[in-house]
Amino acid sequence: MNNSRRNFIKTAGALAIGSTLPISLVELAFAESSQNFTFAYISDAHIQHIKDNRFVRNWDRGLIRAVAETNLLIPKPDFVVFGGDLAQLGSKAELDHGAEMLSALNGDVRHVMGEHDYYLDLGEYWEKLFGPQYYSFDHKGVHFVALNSIKTYDDWTYKRWPTAQQRMLEMADLDNPNGSPFMVGEQQRLWLKDDLDKVDKDTPVVVFSHSPLQKIYKGWNFWTEDADQVQALLEPFKKVSVIYGHVHQIQYNQTGNISFNSVMATAWPWPYPQSYARAEQYLPKLTVPMNRADPFFERDATGWQFINLADGNADMNFTLYSNTSRIVRYNDKQNRPEDAVYQDEKARIVPQTHY
Amino acid sequence: MRYILLLTLVLIAMVAYRQGSAKLLTGSEVYPQSVSNENNRLGLPPLPIPVNNPQTPAKIALGDKLFHDKRFSVDGTVSCSKCHDDKRAFTDGLPVSVGHHGLPGTRNAPTVLNAAFNHSQFWDGREPDLEGQAKQPLINPVEHGLSNHNQMLEIIRTDPDYLSAFQSVFAVNAKKLTIDHVAQAIASFERTLVSGDSPFDRYYFKGQTGALTEPQYRGFQLFIGQGRCVSCHTIEQNLALFTDGRFHNIGIGINQIQQDIPRLTQAFLEAKNKGENVDKIVLTDKKTSELGRFAVTKELSQVGAFKTSTLRNIELTAPYMHDGSLKTLKEVMIHYNNGGVNKAGEQVNAFLSGGIRPLNLTDEQMNDLVAFMKALTSAQYAIPNRSQ
Repeated sequence: MNNSRRNFIKTAGALAIGSTLPISLVELAFAESSQNFTFAYISDAHIQHIKDNRFVRNWDRGLIRAVAETNLLIPKPDFVVFGGDLAQLGSKAELDHGAEMLSALNGDVRHVMGEHDYYLDLGEYWEKLFGPQYYSFDHKGVHFVALNSIKTYDDWTYKRWPTAQQRMLEMADLDNPNGSPFMVGEQQRLWLKDDLDKVDKDTPVVVFSHSPLQKIYKGWNFWTEDADQVQALLEPFKKVSVIYGHVHQIQYNQTGNISFNSVMATAWPWPYPQSYARAEQYLPKLTVPMNRADPFFERDATGWQFINLADGNADMNFTLYSNTSRIVRYNDKQNRPEDAVYQDEKARIVPQTHY
Repeated sequence: MRYILLLTLVLIAMVAYRQGSAKLLTGSEVYPQSVSNENNRLGLPPLPIPVNNPQTPAKIALGDKLFHDKRFSVDGTVSCSKCHDDKRAFTDGLPVSVGHHGLPGTRNAPTVLNAAFNHSQFWDGREPDLEGQAKQPLINPVEHGLSNHNQMLEIIRTDPDYLSAFQSVFAVNAKKLTIDHVAQAIASFERTLVSGDSPFDRYYFKGQTGALTEPQYRGFQLFIGQGRCVSCHTIEQNLALFTDGRFHNIGIGINQIQQDIPRLTQAFLEAKNKGENVDKIVLTDKKTSELGRFAVTKELSQVGAFKTSTLRNIELTAPYMHDGSLKTLKEVMIHYNNGGVNKAGEQVNAFLSGGIRPLNLTDEQMNDLVAFMKALTSAQYAIPNRSQ
């Protein structure tokens, strides 16, 4: 943690609290006190309908727990973002059940579209529940944009599949030769350009997308086909943070003025692509991967996070179950996000020795 | 790796079962008492002893005396053994312990038996070792009720027998005596209270197939199978402590305060920031007590989580759970079978640990599991003529 920011730590109690607490009475303040705020981020719940009123219990419990824990945050987050993939196969039952669990959250919730929410009815029911598929808003001097980044070629979406169910299943599959890469698409990029044209270039911009707006591994759609074009629209701004779900693991990167941070899933962890890749993969070198999940603990390597928007940069505070919580914080000397503890090679946890 | 271990255990058990099936079918054998006396540590790991507190007979004897001395309390009625009674397998048989002047605490007295193996002490693990643990109840307002440790040291300083014992054990005079010496002596005594050698140990580690009754054997299969007990109450290849030393929210206590959790966590953090003592807060406020491990780590994922207790000698330590809210082992089975609620269909708490889920056990299966629990009683504490 750099000194300039440490100086701004305020505590509600008499004693200073360590900087590594996942929950605390700490508020990170920056020069403009009107800009002090945190928001929470829950993502990738993958609520899955079995039949009648039965849903997969483990996914339910993950979301219920993240919601309950988010409600305990002190100070209260200004709002909560749900980062997409609320449903597993996009059905009304799944979206309704997920929305019901999310309704226990205190405060406003902003939604991001995930492919598991979208490819059954192309977002029609989701829109009824949560509003437009892409939008922007301003909050305490920061311009926020939510994109639907999981669209794809019209030909694949509209002409390829005999049923909506099959379309949904094909897109839900990994390493699927019938799959198709995600993209924001021209229509949304035009809207984004128009939206950003009205924003001062000194204003911090935070973009929420479901898929990474960078190319990491195509086989699992850790990928957005038109990421370069979207990045080009964001480049003129001094401080940009892109926060994405979908990957179910900690990733972070810095490209020019754009910081990238992923968020955790409440449902299950994915392995890192280099452990499996049959094709080229581009996990950012900056990223210190998470510990390999211990399959013995159902919630290991899942979690949620709250985000301090400190000086317009996103500091990610990951709450991880059965594991050490992690903080990935923007280092304003190096101009990039860094793990608060493990960034240095020597500080990393040595892999376990198995017999 | 654990899956492989589990698989190995199952295979070993299956082989053992086949070898012993003839005997099992013809009824249980009576285990000869003389053999058990040879090694009452069967099934236990080597005793961990801190480098700075080696065991000596004189120190153990001093700790024994301190452990049983009622004078170290504000009304002269509370010794360590009041709640950790030798005659009740070092528990008190009450739902929650009662301190000086009949003041109730908030938690069930855990047995001292095999506490020497714990990774941490107290239900929430707020002390790392027996030495640290021994100091807290003395000055807790609802236990021994002393204002400070010096009150205890003053009593010792006026007792020639104690003074000479401390002199010979620690080479300290009255002036140099500290509470740490007291704690070390008590901890040394407690390290002698270790006990394995249950019917399970003789069955599992010595291959004595007649050691378990048929219901106990069926219960063991459920313990490592459908009941999923072994996930936390661990059994290893050459030893079994029946605890993972971790903290889990299993839906006890916390279920009753769900609406209050946001208020309680905030109030607790504020109190802790102001320097309030955790030991005092959690034992004097019933609702705050239910926050469990959270009170120690401030980790949101630990709300309502308590330490996995050992199952050794569990038959002797009723009532059960951190708040003593379940009277019998059968009630405990029902709670787990319901997936973390006392009554089927009740709403589980939001912070429930991932491993707790409905088990779909039949009543007979739950009875078998209870029978297996009763195979975990050490020979030296076995109840004679138990009806089985």
